[in-house]
Amino acid sequence: MAIDIGTLDTFPKLLVHHAQARGERPAIREKDLGIWQTWTWKQFADEARFLACGLAEQGLKRGDHIALVGANRPRIYAGIAAAQCLGAIPVPLYQDAAAAELAFPIRNAEVSHALAEDQEQVDKLVEILPECPTLEHIYYDDPRGLRHYSQPELMSYDKLLELGRDAYRHDPGFLEGEIAKGRGEDTAAMFFTSGTTGVPKGVVLTYTNLIERSKAVADWEGINDRDVVLAFMPPAWIGQNIFSYAQPLVAGYCICCPESAETVTTDMREIGPTYYFAPPRVFEALLTQVSVRMDDASALKRVMYHYFMGVAQRVGERIMEGKPVGLVKRLLYRLGDLLVYGPLRNVLGMSRIRIAYTGGEAIGPDLFVFYRSIGVNLKQLYGSTETSVFVCIQPNDKVKPDTVGPAVPGVELKFTPERELLIRSPGLFKEYYKNPQATMEAKDRDGWFHTGDAGYIDADGHLKIIDRAKDVGALTDGTLFAPKYLENKLKFFPYIKEAVCFGHRRSMVSAFINIDMEAVGNWAEKRHLPYSGYTDLASRDEVYELVRECVEKVNADLSREPEIANSQIHRFLLLHKELDADDEELTRTRKVRRRFIAEKYAPLVEALYAGRQAVHVEAQVKYEDGRSGTFSADLKIRDAKTVAPAAARKAA
Amino acid sequence: MSAPQIHLDAHARRIGEVILSVEGVSLSFGGVKALQDVSFDVRSREVRAIIGPNGAGKSSMLNVLNGVYHPQSGRIRFKNKEFSDMNSHEAAALGIARTFQNIALFKGMTVLDNLMTGRNLKMRCNFLQQALWVGPARREELEHRRAVEEIIDFLEIQHIRKTPVGRLPYGLQKRVELARALAAEPSVLLLDEPMAGMNLEEKQDMCRFVLEVNDHFGTTLVLIEHDMGVVMDISDRVVVLDYGRKIADGSPEEVRSNQKVIDAYLGVAH
Repeated sequence: MAIDIGTLDTFPKLLVHHAQARGERPAIREKDLGIWQTWTWKQFADEARFLACGLAEQGLKRGDHIALVGANRPRIYAGIAAAQCLGAIPVPLYQDAAAAELAFPIRNAEVSHALAEDQEQVDKLVEILPECPTLEHIYYDDPRGLRHYSQPELMSYDKLLELGRDAYRHDPGFLEGEIAKGRGEDTAAMFFTSGTTGVPKGVVLTYTNLIERSKAVADWEGINDRDVVLAFMPPAWIGQNIFSYAQPLVAGYCICCPESAETVTTDMREIGPTYYFAPPRVFEALLTQVSVRMDDASALKRVMYHYFMGVAQRVGERIMEGKPVGLVKRLLYRLGDLLVYGPLRNVLGMSRIRIAYTGGEAIGPDLFVFYRSIGVNLKQLYGSTETSVFVCIQPNDKVKPDTVGPAVPGVELKFTPERELLIRSPGLFKEYYKNPQATMEAKDRDGWFHTGDAGYIDADGHLKIIDRAKDVGALTDGTLFAPKYLENKLKFFPYIKEAVCFGHRRSMVSAFINIDMEAVGNWAEKRHLPYSGYTDLASRDEVYELVRECVEKVNADLSREPEIANSQIHRFLLLHKELDADDEELTRTRKVRRRFIAEKYAPLVEALYAGRQAVHVEAQVKYEDGRSGTFSADLKIRDAKTVAPAAARKAA
Repeated sequence: MSAPQIHLDAHARRIGEVILSVEGVSLSFGGVKALQDVSFDVRSREVRAIIGPNGAGKSSMLNVLNGVYHPQSGRIRFKNKEFSDMNSHEAAALGIARTFQNIALFKGMTVLDNLMTGRNLKMRCNFLQQALWVGPARREELEHRRAVEEIIDFLEIQHIRKTPVGRLPYGLQKRVELARALAAEPSVLLLDEPMAGMNLEEKQDMCRFVLEVNDHFGTTLVLIEHDMGVVMDISDRVVVLDYGRKIADGSPEEVRSNQKVIDAYLGVAH
């Protein structure tokens, strides 16, 4: 079903349109005092109108920037819409960012107004006021705890709305005029990328970018105004914003704001969303919850669960994709649906889900298949802030766990000789704010966006992302070496927490591995294997055996992919300590800093390649209180069996 | 521990007149003299702490204040009324609520139901009306539910609303108990060791809630606490008991530098 939005080229125009076309339908729901409260489209539009007039009274003008700091709240979204009504540019910021992290975007975008959710956010903004001379007005939604604040910059949302309501009553024409002035090519919003390297960059997206992409995907997937979304990721993340602001305004569906971060699971069950997006770690946390509770369940339930999950794993996906399945298996699956999958989906709040996406990072194949086999249509999606999210999506009838699917309509893909993925799409961002240098590096003259991701298109025309382009190297025999791809494959095993692979300009690949203390600890306890701590456990032969099996499974997997079959892992060692952000081995977002580790542990890397069976390590360790000490141990090195690619091909 | 990030000066909180005073109270159990001639007062909207080493008579004092124990001598004045003793039901009706050192909640009931019991004294409809859910009973229940939900929101326990209390970790149970006491909309709230057995983070949360309750609802708080850091951070005035006698009374700074208090806590060479 195509969505008819005609020539409406900005979000405020769309909002006005929905207020007329489906004024009494729900637009935003929020659970307040234990009851779901609804804003209809008409209420949403009125709220945005009044708020816009209030902001105009306070001096917000076309082209100004307004920061929004808070969780998913109707009023935060009203703030975004209100700013856009005036032609001002909303800049959503992460509500869990520290005060100092908020200062950069506010200075960079010369933000003059800010809407904060509550005291916590106000405190941060007030703290950075001295370094942000442009910030003149701070509005707050929840007045709790703010009664005694006397900063002249502060004003409550309610007061602002009151101001606006009066102004609108006097001159409703002003605002309607401002809304009409908006054009598709105007800047709709600015999102700051988290910036793993260097300072964050403000990604400028136009109305056309966001509306065109949202509409293309809504049409392609059949998203309509009967859909319901639960918004629980930070609204400053484009991955949330597009599903809870841009696309609902295009398709007219309803978004729901959970009561608090802790209640998301309950709220999800109550709402029963039909359309869902979450990064892999959310799906992982849900599965862990299920597994833990199943372990505590009665013997009968456990047996039923394991039996039917086996059935689901064999035929569930095929049934969902409409592929031929034998009658007996089909009936068994139906029975399983009645006894296990249905109740399970219900507990997860996924009974009504038609389409669920995951993206942002690689998802483990087991995890992915779990959800699909119990009948949740989980699909992978590829995109970034710069591309207005939607670049590739897996189609309903052909979902492969290791690709992100073909390009969605309107997107062109190509690769540089270094295998870097280039994208051209109507959703491509306008520029990095006040950073022409970075814009030029990312977007070339012909309009191709350099993603920095390396990958290739497989035989089915699906895009497969293997690594960041700058990390991709080659073995001495010329085989592609994609360390992150290998590390992810290793990390999908519950026993392996972190892995660091080496191989660039070497004859073979080898790896450092961190075991997962909890998973391996449990495993050891079940086997009555005593250990004193991480270092002791990681030096056990039994644990080396356990990890070797994992590595060999990865190798068997790799042997089936001709492009990278030669990058199987030949040797590995288990590190004596967990890689830690405090020791600068990981970034704060827990990504391994491969080069730093290679330098810091150079003797270990040499030992891996010198064919030694053990290596002595002496290391400086920093304690949490800032003191440091030295530590020494003998680390074992083990070989892992590799699988000849030719043999695998014969067997397949 | 560091003070929570809340700044409140006494002026902003409108500390008022004396609302509760204790004059010459003595309490003994057989030969044990739990309290001997203790006098102090509590001003409206202040945070008043009672501290002292183990066995000093702190809990006994609190139990006298809400009518669980009846002192052999002495008087209690509350809101200009004088009592030689009162029973705990009267105390509750007058607006004195409390929490307990060893959590007294209905373990099998949900958080929500526990809080609703806190509204018990405010319910006007009779048993039959409530059972049949007719007219005024329905309206009344909705009102009470709303009041309870506001407290749930205030203390940030939405996620455990429907969880049986017995399944909750200790720190949260303490918070639920505070919530139930608040549900009675007391004018004076007695807290018996609200931070006992909590970790640092839970203590900081609890400090924040105690101060916010005081600020937001204007509740007068009398609290017993072991943790000196907590007491000094959040109290306006402190009474120190030792062996059933009052040995000091004043602002946290005064109490901290009082030699008798130091001796009582650290011991003296005899």
